Amino acid sequence: MKSVVQFFFGCLPAAPGSLFEKGTMTAAEQGQDITPIRKDVPMDKTRGLWITRRDFFSLSGWLAFFVFLGTAILGTFRFFFPRVLFEAAPVFKVGFPDEYAVGEVGSKFLKSKKVWIVRDEQGFYALSAVCTHLGCTPRWLETENKFKCPCHGSGFHRSGVNFEGPAPRPLERVKITLDESGQLVVDKSVTFLFEKGEWGKLGSFLKI
Amino acid sequence: MNIREQIKRSQIYRSIIRHGYQDTKPNRMHQIVSNVFLHLHPTSVWRHGTDIRFTWGMGGISFLLFIVLTATGVILMFYYRPTAEYAYADMKYLEHDVPFGMFLRNMHRWAAHLMVITVWLHMLRVFLTGSYKPPREFNWVVGVLLLVLTLLLSFTGYLLPWDQLAMWAITVGTNMARATPLLGYEGPFGPELGMKPDNDIRFLLLGGTQVGPPALLRFYVLHCIALPVIAGIFMIVHFWRVRKDGGISRPSEKEE
Repeated sequence: MKSVVQFFFGCLPAAPGSLFEKGTMTAAEQGQDITPIRKDVPMDKTRGLWITRRDFFSLSGWLAFFVFLGTAILGTFRFFFPRVLFEAAPVFKVGFPDEYAVGEVGSKFLKSKKVWIVRDEQGFYALSAVCTHLGCTPRWLETENKFKCPCHGSGFHRSGVNFEGPAPRPLERVKITLDESGQLVVDKSVTFLFEKGEWGKLGSFLKI
Repeated sequence: MNIREQIKRSQIYRSIIRHGYQDTKPNRMHQIVSNVFLHLHPTSVWRHGTDIRFTWGMGGISFLLFIVLTATGVILMFYYRPTAEYAYADMKYLEHDVPFGMFLRNMHRWAAHLMVITVWLHMLRVFLTGSYKPPREFNWVVGVLLLVLTLLLSFTGYLLPWDQLAMWAITVGTNMARATPLLGYEGPFGPELGMKPDNDIRFLLLGGTQVGPPALLRFYVLHCIALPVIAGIFMIVHFWRVRKDGGISRPSEKEE
């Protein structure tokens, strides 16, 4: 059986000056002992045998080894993905609707939860305070009526749409709903992306 | 017999110093070949190996800086705890309370920045002298891998002071990771392959969805154990290949 190495590297062009260029002597021509290590064992093909006993056990041995190795590698890889995270819960209450004036951008939960609660004439939406450029926390500039990221200068309108700087897409909106007691509840794990047309979907806007 | 002769003939002395210090060529060669640290170099080198205008010496300087970083790094480990609760405070403690702490921490930081510079200069020199041509082309590939490992070591180490600079640098870096094709949840074909914020390559790097205590611990283990070991293995291959390919490359005979 031609070796795997010969098969793969035989088709590549040899680097000039290297020892793999044609024209060098074969091992036999160099006078080396080329007796194969492996002794040929007779195989009775009339009985339908297609593999020798030693090859069968050799193959199954290696198979078992690689199955073990593969399982160990997969297990190690899975080890690095924890199931339980000790991060803050993505669902949290942000107060009653009356606490927010119409036209206000609420920064009360900016530092602790990285969201803005924005109220317009129709109702509420929650913007994720993670700049879509590289993840810094932008600031709301009331006097200039825009969100501005301090890292690289990305600018967003009140709606979250980007209009200046390196941000490639608008700020993401996160799910905002009302619970039984009438409090606003934000769920940061559910996001709505403008560029995917998701800003009309249920949960992205709360009509009040 | 005076005391010097007695010492030199003692068993202890002869078991450690095997070849004496006679300044003859064979004895010099014996000293080099029988020493595990010295025999990295061959017993004789070409004269051009000392021509700094040609070789720049940046490979050796990079290795020296790596040793400085390992030594200062291990020493700093005696006072640093990689948890969000203690990391920043321990760094401040090292700087202002520990005797020579500021000196050692600065040595570590300076050596880190300098090593990044010297490996780039080494790469530039190898390119300018054509030392990547056969039979050295494989060593160039190993060198590029070492470059990537050096930059990763720098990146992981940057988080460890756990200050604003560290945290935001890693936030930006790992946010770039989420845009990786196929492996990131915001990259091309990522969502199609089932990548979400809690199972993509950014999650693997950070051990979570944000830069927090798990990320600090992961970066600490990568920075102190995993990456240095991998870099060490590749350095072994890199130096071995230099020896086997005929030592540091020299100008061709036509130019001399």
